[in-house]
Amino acid sequence: MMTPLQLMLTILAMGLVTFLIRLSFIALSDRIALRPLVRRGLTYVPPAVLAAIVFPDMLLSEGVLNLSWQNPFLLAGLGGILAAWWSKNVLVTMVVGMLILWGIQWITA
Amino acid sequence: MTQQNDTTTPKSEFWAGVKAELPILFGVIPFGLIFGVLATTAGLPPLVAWSTSSLVFAGSAQFLALPLFSAGAPAVILIMTTFIINLRHLLYSASLAPFAQPLSRGWKTLLAYLLTDEAFVPTILHYHQSDQPSTHKHWFWLGAGLTLWLNWQIVTGIGILVGQQLPSGLGLEFTLSLTFIGMIVPTLKKWPEIGAAVSAGVTAVAVSGLPYRLNLMVAAVVGIFTGLLLESLTRRESIGQTQEVQL
Repeated sequence: MMTPLQLMLTILAMGLVTFLIRLSFIALSDRIALRPLVRRGLTYVPPAVLAAIVFPDMLLSEGVLNLSWQNPFLLAGLGGILAAWWSKNVLVTMVVGMLILWGIQWITA
Repeated sequence: MTQQNDTTTPKSEFWAGVKAELPILFGVIPFGLIFGVLATTAGLPPLVAWSTSSLVFAGSAQFLALPLFSAGAPAVILIMTTFIINLRHLLYSASLAPFAQPLSRGWKTLLAYLLTDEAFVPTILHYHQSDQPSTHKHWFWLGAGLTLWLNWQIVTGIGILVGQQLPSGLGLEFTLSLTFIGMIVPTLKKWPEIGAAVSAGVTAVAVSGLPYRLNLMVAAVVGIFTGLLLESLTRRESIGQTQEVQL
């Protein structure tokens, strides 16, 4: 473990890095013009990055691909996708997904 | 014309942002609680763990840093991992930059600090609603961002206080993924967007063995190019259709 001072300095640096990334284009937008192609490309960032976080959570068990019907996260995620598509509501998505997850965990326990 | 149609006020935009953020909080609350619980079991002093919620203010980076802290990873690794996980915010920053351009330096600094996944998605959707012209949309951004910030400070604090009293193995960390599903699936309307999401997701799984969650960046690049490729293909199709109509 680090000393408390090292720990706080590390956390401060992590925060500074995060903030500077978020500030980058916002602060420099009047000096950098985005090309149309770059701007069009940026519209695909949210679906791409969020799917890149979600898919491994659904499909990997302990780092190994698990496409079986006994994978509760796969079924809960699929249920959540259907619920999100049908309801367009984050709360409904959450409730449907977690109920499926807990249901399967309870059955297989 | 924009001025004539603009019936919004800073106040109405601010509260619209708060309202848009509320349903997203239901996914963030369990995730924040879990973060707090895991932070205490990772051996971080409670106040140090809580300080990451305001100093870093990035849930997935805070979460993924915990095992690195308890493994005694060097500072360089922690900072690099944070950089890679949060690099996607560079693209959020670029997407919102044209809208933030007329704002003062103080506004830009504040709104950049509040630029998380959960604030970005409703804000960019709000800016793109062209049927709702407003010169106060940065107040929406502030409302959404502040709501998330306040909620994050409270729930991670509670998680740290409650500590080990919460049972583990409930799969509560999956609520973050479900939040992302709830935010992004309703926005997938055209093939290029769906293609971007699916190709990025499959790539992230395929290269999940890469260290420091580098799979996220590789997947993002694949998703963006897939989206652009499908977009150029569908556009060619629609140009063909208009030509037929003209003939």
